[in-house]
Amino acid sequence: MRGERAYIGRGVAKFVGEGEALVSKQGISFFGGVDPKTGIVREKGHDLCGADITGKVLVFPKGKGSTVGSYVIYQLKKNGHAPAAIVNIETETIIATGCILAEVPLVDKLEKNPLKEIKTGDLVLVDGKTGKVVIR
Amino acid sequence: MHLSKVEEEMLSGGSGKATEKAMQLLVALGDVLGAPRLIPIVSAQIAGVSYGNIGDAGMELLEDWASQGAKTQVKATLNPAGMDLDRWKEMGVDEEYHAKQLRIIKAFEMMGVQATCTCTPYLVGNKPRRGSHIAWSESSAICYANSVLGAMTNREGGPSALAAALTGRTPYYGLHLKDNRKPTIVVDVKARLCTTYDFSLLGYTVGGIIGSGIPIFRGIGHPDSDRMKIMSAALAASGGIAMFHVEGVTGEAEGFDFNSVERVCIGQKELEASREKLTSEGDPDFVCIGCPHCSLEEMKDLARMVKGKSVGRGKALWILTSRGIYKRSKEKGYAGVIEKAGGKIFVDTCMVVCPLEKAGYKHMASNSCKAVHYVPSTSRIKASVMELSSALEKMMEAGQ
Repeated sequence: MRGERAYIGRGVAKFVGEGEALVSKQGISFFGGVDPKTGIVREKGHDLCGADITGKVLVFPKGKGSTVGSYVIYQLKKNGHAPAAIVNIETETIIATGCILAEVPLVDKLEKNPLKEIKTGDLVLVDGKTGKVVIR
Repeated sequence: MHLSKVEEEMLSGGSGKATEKAMQLLVALGDVLGAPRLIPIVSAQIAGVSYGNIGDAGMELLEDWASQGAKTQVKATLNPAGMDLDRWKEMGVDEEYHAKQLRIIKAFEMMGVQATCTCTPYLVGNKPRRGSHIAWSESSAICYANSVLGAMTNREGGPSALAAALTGRTPYYGLHLKDNRKPTIVVDVKARLCTTYDFSLLGYTVGGIIGSGIPIFRGIGHPDSDRMKIMSAALAASGGIAMFHVEGVTGEAEGFDFNSVERVCIGQKELEASREKLTSEGDPDFVCIGCPHCSLEEMKDLARMVKGKSVGRGKALWILTSRGIYKRSKEKGYAGVIEKAGGKIFVDTCMVVCPLEKAGYKHMASNSCKAVHYVPSTSRIKASVMELSSALEKMMEAGQ
């Protein structure tokens, strides 16, 4: 047991959320890549294909694809299938816009690489207000 | 980011829930993009209108904001919708799509956005002055506004442009700063440019080769606004180009030292390679013109080209323009000539954002590289780029 670890990053969407981590090494396009009605990843060949992001702390490098992806994050929230929070290595405007509209906490630019520090299944708290990410 | 008193008030909900959200969005994006503060704008152009693109998610967000009393603070106009708001049935659009598209338009109108539904707002009254700060989405209009109008905008997305309209502000970075608007690459053009189509090919070729940055063109003479309009669209489709200069024409690069940046040369061979890339096998069965939306001048040219002819059996000619230009071309008689020849003029929409596949055609021809670039992926039909006169030749027969 390594015990509780905390990392400081940049709080982009200033909300707080907690959940089980789901880690991907690949970029995510919410438009076309995630089903807004179920929260299941649909992109063929993606390392999360078939996984359910509902209530998870989703950890991935950054967003990609169409800017409509912002609206998909909002729709996931309305359908009860949004992730509890998102942690990016360095975010971009599609994910940032979606998270702010949908009130999903978003933190990026952690002092250490989140893809290495966080493992799928870890219980993670993301505080977008302070930029703090705590792995329990 | 530094915020003024008024901006702080918006951020803390003093102007309502939706404006609070809009301000949150701009502040967060400003932080991500490294903007020290916000800057007031005079105009917004909002993309993300087609139901086919934004879906139920976008519709619900817009309705939520409208019902929370959000109101635009500056002149704000809309990008094309997914259908002609009156003649949607002729386009093959179904009832559900139609109903939801109307809900989207209504939500925008409730917020004070003018439902111009065009990618050429500058032709229908949203024409900001040189040097003014604006927040536009729609990549072709952004490139035209920065380059030809001399207004200043970054490449905004639908939500950030709407947020800018609702707060009257946008993050101060990128192309809002004079220093960032200088040419980054010289493009020496050795190809022969005779028609609007040639300028589309040139834009597409250069966008593909340089990918990003701000080109300055030499050797292309004094292109008119229609040529710069179609070139803007192509530059922004094959590359992420938000601005260009034309030596002696666009006015923001006077005194520029051409030896201070790298240089590319574009000849006939490079244009030919783009044409090949944008050509599908087989014969097109319909022609679609108006990407970006046709100007009055282009409607006049089209009328001249189809006068006395008629669209052949099993073929079709679609012309896309704004409601405003359609009205004026009816008054001038151009629309009547085109319609008499069997051409269909649709407004409020375009081939890139409407469900084109539902119209039943298999292979589109257009003089616009942007249209041909996107249509195979948005509508899963074939597309080929060609000279306007050649495209019309394939569709039209003599006599009426």
